[in-house]
Amino acid sequence: MTTPRIEIDEVTKYFGDKLVLDRVSLSVSPHEVVCLIGASGSGKSTLLRCVNRLVEHDYGTIRLDGVPVDDPSFGKTGLQRRAGIVFQSYNLFPHMSVLDNITLAPRKVHGVPRAEAEARGREVLARFAMDRFATAYPEQLSGGQQQRVAIARALMTKPDVLLLDEITAALDPELVGEVLAIIRGLKDEGMTMMIVTHEMAFARDCADRVAFLDGGMILEEGPPAQIFESPQEDRTRAFLQRIISAGRL
Amino acid sequence: MSVDKARRGPPPPPPRRGFDWRAAALPSAISAISVIVVFGALGWAITSADEWPRIRLQFFNLDAMAAAFPRVLQGFWINIQVWLTVLAAILAWALVLAVVRSLRAPWFAPFRLMVVLYIDIFRGVPVLLLVLLFGFGVPALTLPGLPNSGLFWGGIAMVLSYSAYVAEIYRSGIDAVHEGQRAAAKSLGLSEWQTMIHAILPQALRNVVPALMNIVVALQKDVALLSVIGVRDAVREAQIYTASTFNYSSLIVAAGLFLLATIPMARLADWLTRRDRARRLQLSA
Ligand SMILES: Nc1ncnc2c1ncn2[C@@H]1O[C@H](COP(=O)(O)OP(=O)(O)OP(=O)(O)O)[C@@H](O)[C@H]1O
Ligand SMILES: [Mg+2]
Repeated sequence: MTTPRIEIDEVTKYFGDKLVLDRVSLSVSPHEVVCLIGASGSGKSTLLRCVNRLVEHDYGTIRLDGVPVDDPSFGKTGLQRRAGIVFQSYNLFPHMSVLDNITLAPRKVHGVPRAEAEARGREVLARFAMDRFATAYPEQLSGGQQQRVAIARALMTKPDVLLLDEITAALDPELVGEVLAIIRGLKDEGMTMMIVTHEMAFARDCADRVAFLDGGMILEEGPPAQIFESPQEDRTRAFLQRIISAGRL
Repeated sequence: MSVDKARRGPPPPPPRRGFDWRAAALPSAISAISVIVVFGALGWAITSADEWPRIRLQFFNLDAMAAAFPRVLQGFWINIQVWLTVLAAILAWALVLAVVRSLRAPWFAPFRLMVVLYIDIFRGVPVLLLVLLFGFGVPALTLPGLPNSGLFWGGIAMVLSYSAYVAEIYRSGIDAVHEGQRAAAKSLGLSEWQTMIHAILPQALRNVVPALMNIVVALQKDVALLSVIGVRDAVREAQIYTASTFNYSSLIVAAGLFLLATIPMARLADWLTRRDRARRLQLSA
């Protein structure tokens, strides 16, 4: 058996006295796409943020290719280089051009010379049909375009893992497709991804595995067909029922 | 159902949004007349008062104004120089204070505490008191290696006092930057310091420009406080003239010069505030 790319082992997280993650275990193999679903407040974002240490977990271990994420061998920025994250609200830097946004980390954190960083930046932008907007500012772009830039920014350091937190939730419905198409393209190239999403149709046909979080615990996980067609847990069924009646499946 | 484009013909032309003189004439006329009536009545009431001739002689004496003007103007030039120098020092020093206060690293705690104390102290003491204390007190110590002029130490007092306010303005700007910006910077591997320099500060500074403009205007006037420690600024020069002639018109000249400088700045501040609000509305739309 190969080492999992991401191995979350009995991870517990409190915010103050509030238990947000309760002994969560989940592993993601290389090239695997795992979708996290669950109600608001169930701990999906927190779990994702523990993986790249945006949030520090309290108990348990998270390993990237077998190495604990808080291992000194990662140095100050090694983990961030290997695990990219994209947020629901894009979080681009509004005072920087698109090209500066995506080359900031390579230049300032990883010491790549500007010319080299910008050449790679234009390459990545071109892949997402965003090269025309290299000198534009985020506020001049549509939500879908901003999110594509945010994905490009996360890919600049050639990460092994991509963490996506409801990246289409803030988009107008007609812009969701263009962003999901990119994610599908990344999957086809073999990117390992953990995806928090409310787009059940997308989860169903893009995920290798789906995990249902409830109250900080993974209640149920399995292939999408199993989770969506024959969920074992009542709470999973209830959650999916609510999603269906909201017209999202 | 489809629309038969040929049958519909061209759409109506865009409405003309140029200035419509006829529509604007009546309201403008009413405004103008009421302004003339109210100000005219006030002017008449003041100038017809029994004391008016004496007031005019004491405060609005054209000959006295003309005589005092060169010296007061010379003093005002000092005000401008001090103002710009002190302003530059305040903006830079306050930025240091605000950044120190905003860094979250645990080993920074003693420095954060120092800044908090600094701000509490210098915001809580009247500027005038600080000017007296530094302007008279410190030169009396004749510290080796440091300038001994009241002007220098008075300027330091203004910097100490104003930087406490400006640091708080900067900090409000730093706090107003969305938490997601920090998360994004951190997840890209930027250190706390790099996050501050590249992600947070540029946005924070842009946010606080309108608030800073008001400080700039207030500071321009407060430079006059240095006259109490003998700096020969516009107010001091006007006072000297007053003391020898018992005529207060020179002070009116000084007041006029201050207004000439502050009113355009106040308008600029208003304009910046409006533009800033428009930008925010646009962003949140
Ligand atoms: N920084 C924080 N400080 C305190 N509590 C937090 C913090 N972040 C999240 N929480 C709490 O932790 C719980 C889980 O939050 P989390 O954001 O992980 O949920 P989620 O499943 O992503 O929900 P959503 O679908 O609304 O994004 C919530 O109750 C939330 O209020
Ligand atoms: Mg969330």
